Amino acid sequence: MDLRVEGLTHRYGETRVLDDISLEIPAGRIVCVVGPSGCGKSTLLRMLGGLERPERGQVLQVGAPPEGCLNPLTYVFQDFALLPWRDVAGNVRLALEDHRLPDREAIIDDVLARTRLSEFARALPRQLSGGMKQRVAIARALAVRPAVMLMDEPLSALDAQTRELLMDDLIGLWIRERFTAVYVTHNLAEAVRLGHRVVVLSRRPGRVREIVEIDAPLQGRGAMEDVQAHLWGLMRDEARAADAELLT
Amino acid sequence: MTDTLQTGRAVSRPPDHTGPRPVPFRGGGFRPTTNRWAGALVFVLIVAFVEIGLRAGWISKLTLPLPSDVFATFVQLYESGLLWKHLIPSLTRFVVGATLGALAGIGVGTLIGLFGLARAGLVPLVAALFPVPKIALLPLFVIWFGIGEGSKYALIALGTFTPMVVATYGAVDNVDRTLIRMGQSFGLSWGSIVRKIVLPGAMPGILSGLRIGLAIAIILLVAAEMLGAQYGIGAYILEAGSLYDLERLFAGVVILSVLGVATSAVVAWVERRVLRWRS
Repeated sequence: MDLRVEGLTHRYGETRVLDDISLEIPAGRIVCVVGPSGCGKSTLLRMLGGLERPERGQVLQVGAPPEGCLNPLTYVFQDFALLPWRDVAGNVRLALEDHRLPDREAIIDDVLARTRLSEFARALPRQLSGGMKQRVAIARALAVRPAVMLMDEPLSALDAQTRELLMDDLIGLWIRERFTAVYVTHNLAEAVRLGHRVVVLSRRPGRVREIVEIDAPLQGRGAMEDVQAHLWGLMRDEARAADAELLT
Repeated sequence: MTDTLQTGRAVSRPPDHTGPRPVPFRGGGFRPTTNRWAGALVFVLIVAFVEIGLRAGWISKLTLPLPSDVFATFVQLYESGLLWKHLIPSLTRFVVGATLGALAGIGVGTLIGLFGLARAGLVPLVAALFPVPKIALLPLFVIWFGIGEGSKYALIALGTFTPMVVATYGAVDNVDRTLIRMGQSFGLSWGSIVRKIVLPGAMPGILSGLRIGLAIAIILLVAAEMLGAQYGIGAYILEAGSLYDLERLFAGVVILSVLGVATSAVVAWVERRVLRWRS
């Protein structure tokens, strides 16, 4: 299943946050969205998954979601959004409980194994490190077999070393099973490591500034400094202007 | 002695004249520490002070009863079987009234937390009801529910209800919105979100409201029993008070204190079990 964004425009009160965004998210690829802070990246992502209604424009699902898909558009949040009163397995189970499934526990075991969390199934979130919590959230997202994963700065709350490890994990998961994802980040290194396509948004109101295709296969990608430099060149002045702006 | 002197001098001396010395410790303190014996010790000391003071004569015998006499009265009460005759009706009223009030309070509080219309309509009502001393409404309840148990249940329930409503809707308001959005993003039904995310997330606030609600329930229990009951701890205390029988009065007060401590211990136990996921 592909996602198509057509002419998405949105305003919060008087402030324009998104201006005529059109995008194509092809199945089986990771599309990274980067842009200076306050450019409406997160708003865009919320609209992609139907958590917020755009003022104008629309988000279209093209084609049917794959067989056995329980929740076509599934989020991975920056702050993990785990229920602190449920253990790891219980948090994954939450996403499955509203569906009639014969093999619920088998699905849980499978996704916990894929995210290497099997031995922590009974642990509570407060016992886990940030990286582990995010792996639980990824396991929970995988459990519902999403057509598109919507990842809102999933590694931003983690320290640099954990971030490296989790990027490797994500690449490993993608190679095993080519999931589709929209990956919002402000970190260019993440964007060039994980993205098949990098969408650069401009400062508020967010417009598509440029779409950079990266053809190199995900496995064995280096830092791709030239691409990073190019992206940074697109963003630098606007990032500086955004930084100097008063918050409303 | 010499130690403190030396440290004192070392600190005041200019640093470049001395050799290496340990950095003085400045942290520590400002942390709640637990000591389960201190509370009991304070209690024992006060009782011992009163007992000794009365026996030695530097506290007038008119001011307080001898703690040992109060204890003897209590034993007598127990042996005569009157203790249960008073305690069981009181406990029944407390349990029935507080349960009704707490459940209704949690229900209404959740509605207020979830629906704007309920909030707009009910919050002013609860605010108007909260400061009313509920005991003033007892005659009304007697008319509505009769002189028997019904009016007492209603009074205790109303007393528990108001703090529970306020605590519950405050707690529902404070449930992490990102968790609710997560539930929506996974397509959970409305009922699932309320049962699995909102109510567990509000549980810490609900339980601290329950502490207040149950304390108020005990106060109203006694008040209701003083105004019209043959048996019950309130009736027992009222009777003792009207006869100026201080030993029995104090025995009744001790029973109430124990009831309060026991209630608080039960809530603490529930908190430890239900809120194990915290800290």
